[in-house]
Amino acid sequence: MNRMMISAASALAMAVAVSAASAEPAVVYDAGGKFDKSFNEAAYNGIEKYKADSGDSYAEFEVQTDAQREQAFRRMAQRGADPVIGIGFSQATALEKVAKEFPDRHFAIIDMVVDLPNVQSIVFKEHEGSFLVGMAAAMASKSAKVGFVGGMDIPLIRRFACGYAQGAKYADPDVAVTENMTGTTPAAWNDPTKGAELARGQFDQGVDVIFAAAGGTGSGVYQAAKDAGKLAIGVDSNQNHLHPGTMLTSMLKRVDVAVYDSAMAVKNGNWQAGVTELGLAQDGVGWALDEHNASLISDDMKARIEAAKADIIAGKIVVHDYMADSSCPL
Amino acid sequence: MDDLFALTLSTLAATIRLATPLILCAMAGLLSERSGVIDIGLEGKMLAGAFAAAVVAAVTGSAAFALLAALLVAVLLSLVHGFACITHRGDQVVSGVAINIIAAGMTVVLGNAWFGRGGSTPDLSPDQRFMPLHLPGAAALRDVPVIGPLYADVVSGHSLLTYLAVLLVPLVWFLLYRTRFGLRLRAVGEAPAVVDTAGISVVRLRYTGVMLAGLLCGLAGTFLAIAQNAAFQREMTAGRGFIALAAMIFGKWRPWPAFFACLLFGFLDAVSIRLQGVVLPGIGTVPVPLIQALPYILTVVLLAGFIGKAMAPRALGTPYVKER
Repeated sequence: MNRMMISAASALAMAVAVSAASAEPAVVYDAGGKFDKSFNEAAYNGIEKYKADSGDSYAEFEVQTDAQREQAFRRMAQRGADPVIGIGFSQATALEKVAKEFPDRHFAIIDMVVDLPNVQSIVFKEHEGSFLVGMAAAMASKSAKVGFVGGMDIPLIRRFACGYAQGAKYADPDVAVTENMTGTTPAAWNDPTKGAELARGQFDQGVDVIFAAAGGTGSGVYQAAKDAGKLAIGVDSNQNHLHPGTMLTSMLKRVDVAVYDSAMAVKNGNWQAGVTELGLAQDGVGWALDEHNASLISDDMKARIEAAKADIIAGKIVVHDYMADSSCPL
Repeated sequence: MDDLFALTLSTLAATIRLATPLILCAMAGLLSERSGVIDIGLEGKMLAGAFAAAVVAAVTGSAAFALLAALLVAVLLSLVHGFACITHRGDQVVSGVAINIIAAGMTVVLGNAWFGRGGSTPDLSPDQRFMPLHLPGAAALRDVPVIGPLYADVVSGHSLLTYLAVLLVPLVWFLLYRTRFGLRLRAVGEAPAVVDTAGISVVRLRYTGVMLAGLLCGLAGTFLAIAQNAAFQREMTAGRGFIALAAMIFGKWRPWPAFFACLLFGFLDAVSIRLQGVVLPGIGTVPVPLIQALPYILTVVLLAGFIGKAMAPRALGTPYVKER
């Protein structure tokens, strides 16, 4: 009897060991939630694609409060998840702490750099993608006034704003760029009322195209643009379908590709730690053109944007990165 | 000069839009607190009302049904509040905080379960919402100097709920100061034992106050979700219930002063939106955090220097225990 129990226990232990060896990836979403139609949803699409291609399942967690972040990572690591992928810059502190506790496990973080030997940091050159939609905005604007609505006032969002302004000025040196930030606390990511009000304020000043990089606040901006018959530009995911006809384009940030690649790399055994920078050259950022906005983008606009894209990739145009020196040379 | 006038008009219009949910919530808080029940759950009731309105508008396509649903849900939550702290004499602040937490959690959970969009609801088309109304003569009067644009751009062009909110202020004032019910409601907030001695039910009066507060919070939620926006989004009230509470205290629990406090907060919000990125002579660009702190700084200054002592209803926060 006793022997049987021991063998059963060892079989169980082996089963656990086996499941740990063929580990499944885990995704910890940021506070926006996995169906935010934007940043987190892109991560969700990436891991769903991994699931479809590899046949593996995955674990996931949606963070509701800051206190949950560390617990979520630790729990995922304890369950044997590999890699553990943190979505969003606010996960950095928690991920760093847990990554130190599990040095033999792989971690990845989007939008932030965590300098540890078992962490892959994936950052995007948002300024390059924003440059292209800035060009689109300036060319589509009839009043030569374009606007930007940011979420929380942080350097990352300033990077969007700065790239956008550079692109707008590149396409039309006379264009005026109005920038607004929604707030200075995380509540600024979820305040569509304030977003709509910021957009209306800009429309009143003559702005007729607004780029919103503001999470849930952005949906207020897009709605205000629709109500006023003006144009808006989406962010992170392709948001053109939200309001066809008034969504000029979207600045794509391929979080889905980053998540997919990171999970696949662990599965295939070619995972690498360190910082990965995804720009236009790597197709990590871009602009969206589909059936929902085809009528808003003229052939001339498309040609100029694509030419600028090629120039940026070739290094002929250098888009200044706000986060390099905390200033925007305009 | 023309630019400045246009900017003033747009700021004033934005002030009214931004102040609407504050006015509704402040009147709600006033009715509840004048009866002696602290209402810190304005935020939660407004959020739940907003969610109910957005869901029903999306499912039935009718803004009227949406309004009814929002009123119902907000009143139900206020009944929970009443049950906890009038019937069972629980702590009113704790119950209010609980309502805020319930609303914040339930809306996201139900929204995810029903629509799978991270807690937000489907976008609504204009016929499912309370759209801006254009008052008669707005277009015709536009060419009249000063008054024309003022009427067309500031007075006209708001949703039905905004006009209702403004109309509610004299109504609440009349109810409180010119009716028998109002006298009793105020009395029950000051000296419930006296009201009880006079043979009037303290419990019934307080329940009425709390339920009226629920109705107005439901209106505020409806305004946020289907008039000002076109969908519910998690935590979309973003602290407006607490600002309204502050405005009510600012106005010393009286309708007109509370109304003006709401307008002041709305105005500061509207100005802070338009001040961003503006270069002031001699100072340069004002930093965003400073502009956004402006309403709060002004509140502290005004409270400390000009408003004087705020006198709360004397029995506020104390459950009434009938002497045996």
